[in-house]
Amino acid sequence: MRDPGLYDYLPYDSRRPTITWPNGAPVAVWVAPNLEFYELAPPNNPHRASWGRPEPDVMGYAYRDYGNRVGFQRMFEAMQKFGIRGSASLNVAMCDHAPEVIEICAEAGWEFYSHGIYNTRFMLGMSEDQERELIQDSIDTILKHTGQRLDGWLSPALSYTERTLEIVAEMGLSYVCDLFHDDQPAPLNVPSGKLVSIPYSLEMNDVIAYNVNLLSPRRYGEVIRRQFDVLYRESVESGSGTVMCIPIHPYLVGRPHRIAAFEEALGYIAGHDDVWFATGREIAAHFVANSYDDFVAAGRAPGAVA
Amino acid sequence: MTLDKSFLQYENRRYGMDHDRYEWSMLHQRKPVIWPGDAKVALLIVPALEWFPLDMSNKPFAPPGAMSTAYPDLRHYTLRDYGNRVGIFRLMRILQARGLKVTAAINAAVVVRYPALLDSVREAGWEVIGHGIDMDHLHHSQRDADDEDTLIRTALEHLEKATGQMPRGWLSPAKSQSWATLDLLQEHGIEYCCDWDNDDLPYDMKAGNGRLVSMPVSPDSDDFAILIKNHHTEASFAEQIIDQFECLHAEAQRSGSGRVMSIALRPWVIGQPYRIGALETVLDHILSRDSVWSATGSEILTSWQAQQPNARDMFGR
Repeated sequence: MRDPGLYDYLPYDSRRPTITWPNGAPVAVWVAPNLEFYELAPPNNPHRASWGRPEPDVMGYAYRDYGNRVGFQRMFEAMQKFGIRGSASLNVAMCDHAPEVIEICAEAGWEFYSHGIYNTRFMLGMSEDQERELIQDSIDTILKHTGQRLDGWLSPALSYTERTLEIVAEMGLSYVCDLFHDDQPAPLNVPSGKLVSIPYSLEMNDVIAYNVNLLSPRRYGEVIRRQFDVLYRESVESGSGTVMCIPIHPYLVGRPHRIAAFEEALGYIAGHDDVWFATGREIAAHFVANSYDDFVAAGRAPGAVA
Repeated sequence: MTLDKSFLQYENRRYGMDHDRYEWSMLHQRKPVIWPGDAKVALLIVPALEWFPLDMSNKPFAPPGAMSTAYPDLRHYTLRDYGNRVGIFRLMRILQARGLKVTAAINAAVVVRYPALLDSVREAGWEVIGHGIDMDHLHHSQRDADDEDTLIRTALEHLEKATGQMPRGWLSPAKSQSWATLDLLQEHGIEYCCDWDNDDLPYDMKAGNGRLVSMPVSPDSDDFAILIKNHHTEASFAEQIIDQFECLHAEAQRSGSGRVMSIALRPWVIGQPYRIGALETVLDHILSRDSVWSATGSEILTSWQAQQPNARDMFGR
C-alpha cells in the first residue's frame, strides 16, 4: 500500500476540538520504560538480523542485559523520587525471565502494555495467524503475571506487517504507541474495535537520543526540558491539552553516567504542579471518553490525486 | 513468505537467562560486597594497547578504530600507532603521578613489535591482561575452535614471555567472542574476563570445566564511545565520567555494597594532547573523594572471590 490510511488529517490549530485533561492539566506526561529481553540466539527472521555482529554478539547482548541486572533499579528509583508511575512497554517474556522486575513495577502501580514477546522476535513476515498468536500470548501473559488487562501496544523493535494495528484493535486493545504523527492522541481507522494513537515520540526516545543522535546525557536532559516547555506553553495558549511521552530504556538512562541528567529532567517536569502524570491507558481512556467522537467528526480523509 | 513456526516457539522462555553462562541476578538485590578499607568504589583503569594492521580485513565486522579509507589507510594506521609511541607515555605519566593501579590489556602484536613499551609497562608495575593477537584477529564462531585455541595460547604466551607471568585476566579485541571463547579462556587458566558489559560488580560465569569471573569494563562510557563515536567534547567526557563516579559512590554509600568503576582507555584517543587534561580532571575529582580503592583486576577478583558464599580459589593460587 502507498498510504497506510491509518488516520484522517486534522490540523494542529483552532479547527481541532479541544482536549481537557483532568484538573485542567496543560500536559499529560507519561513515562514509558521499555523493559526488554533480547535473546542470545534467536531464530533468524529473514527480513531483519537480530544482532549486528555474528552470534554470540556478546557486546550487544550484555549491553542490553545491563538494563535488567542494574539499570532498571536506578531508573525506577529516579521515577519513584517524583512519584512517577511508569507504563512499562513490556517484552512479555520478561514475566518469565525476570519476575522480580515485574513485581517491583506492579507494586508501584505501573501499567504494563505489550512490546511483543522478545525484542528479537520481529513481526516482519508474519502470517495473520502468527500475529494473532503473538498478540494473544501478550494478552494472556500480562493477565497471568500482573492481573492487568492488556490495553496498549508497541510493536517489538517497531516491526510490523500491514495488518498489525488492525488486528491489535480487533483483539480488544485500545491504544498503540507506534505512530509519530501528532502531539495529541488521534483516532485510528480500523475495521473493528476502537483504537487510539497515543504520542510516544521517537525524538524523546533515549535510543534515538543516545545511539542515533549521539547526545550527551546533559543534552538529552535539555532536550526533554525544551520539549516539555513548548508543549506546556502551547497548551496554556490554546486551552487544549497536549501529550508528552518520555520513552526510555534501563540499559541507557540507567547507566551511571546518564542517570543524574535523567533524574534532573524528571525533576524539572515534576516541578510543575499542574502536570498530569498519567499512564498510557489513562490517557487513552480519557481521550476516548471525552474527545474521540469530536476528533473523528473533525478529521478529513486525505484526498487522492486521480 | 510467512515465518517458520520456530519463530513462535520459545525454547528458553523460563526463569532466569536464556543461556547457562551465568545466573540472572539484580545487582541491587545481592548480598553487599565490601572492598578493602570499606572503600565505596573500586577504581579499575584499563588502557588497551592495540595494533591495527594496515591491511586488516574488517571481518566479520570492523572493530572500533579499524582502517576505514581505501588501502593503504595510512592516516588511521599511524593515528592508532600514535597511541603506542606517544599517547601511552603521556597517559602513563598522569597515572603514575597519582599513584594509580592500572590493568593494561595488550595485543600480542604490541608485545612483539614494541618491547621497549613493554619494558615501561613492567617498570610501571601494571597488571597485564590478554587482549588477543591484534585488532585484525577477532574471536567469532565462524572460526574453528582449534584455530581460536591457537589464538588464545599464542596471545598468552607472548604476554607471559614479556612479563614473566601468566596473565590472569582477558579482554577480547573489540570484546568479540565465539561460543567457545569463555571455555577456551578458562582452559588456558584465565580467571577473569572483561568482555561482558552487563554489571557494576564481578559475577561468576560457567566456563570450560569450571568457572571464571566476569569483570565489568564498560565500553559505553569509555574514551572511544564518548569522544570518537559520540563526538562529545573533552569537558563533556569529564562531566560524564564524574557523574558515573558520583552515581556509583552514592549508591555504594546508600546500599552498603561496593561498586566497580571501570575507566577503559585507548591511548590513541585519550592520549592526544588536547584530551589528556579531561582525564586528569576526572582522576583528580575521584581522588579528592574518600573511600576510593584504586585496584587492579586481579586485586578486585581476589577481594570479590573471598566474599562469595562458596569462596574458593579455583586455581590453587
